[in-house]
Amino acid sequence: MKWEMSRVVKTVTDILVAPIIIFGIYLILHGHLTPGGGFQGGAVIASSTALLIIAYGTLGKHKKDLSSIEAVGLTLFILIAFLGIGSTVFYNYITGTGFPFGGSLPYHGPNPGYINTGGTITFMNLMVGIEVAAALSLILWMMSKRGGVMEPKGSSSKKAEGKD
Amino acid sequence: MKKALALVAFFVIFSFLLLGVVQMRPFGEPENEDMDDYFLGDSQKRHEVNNVVTAVLFDYRGLDTLGEATILFAAVSGVLTVLRRFKDKEEGEK
Repeated sequence: MKWEMSRVVKTVTDILVAPIIIFGIYLILHGHLTPGGGFQGGAVIASSTALLIIAYGTLGKHKKDLSSIEAVGLTLFILIAFLGIGSTVFYNYITGTGFPFGGSLPYHGPNPGYINTGGTITFMNLMVGIEVAAALSLILWMMSKRGGVMEPKGSSSKKAEGKD
Repeated sequence: MKKALALVAFFVIFSFLLLGVVQMRPFGEPENEDMDDYFLGDSQKRHEVNNVVTAVLFDYRGLDTLGEATILFAAVSGVLTVLRRFKDKEEGEK
């Protein structure tokens, strides 16, 4: 069904969506340095999806994409965890090597804020962020599509389905 | 009768909660500090992570996080199952 908000809401949404997504990516990538992490950043990205749904009423035909992205995120999370099976599952095998995010801290104490640290923790934050963002977006979208929130006034759901 | 039962249940639960509050240890003095010290030292020394909370979440207690992500996956599966549309009803996925 077609449902759009006024031009004001749509313009504000156009302006705000990109900063919200960038802030979510920042939260995910700095999960090993600052408060936040994969779950929180994914939720922030999903909130941008909620904004898009409210303003425009549709996300297009991306349900299968979101579903696949979510599954890929969870699978890669498990894969990264099990790659360290030489020692234990969830062993941090990247830290200390030259791999990306495998840098070392020069000293122990206050937080210097180097993003090139963390090892597998950073990658797991990334994967969990992808999964949570896709999953919450999918839930929001399915609920908005079926629920009565987005229905135009004066038309039953049967009629709206038939019109589409 | 129902009211009396509810009252009795309320007072029993309330007394248990009160007992817990009275017996609570003072803030900042946990009973066992070994694991705390281990996490605080080891997460910076061996894992090179500054955010100890994230280190606990994704490394020491990684299986918990895996379960959390799996629960989210199951929730999405449930939502998709309950709110799906059947093929003969929809004309053109919208």
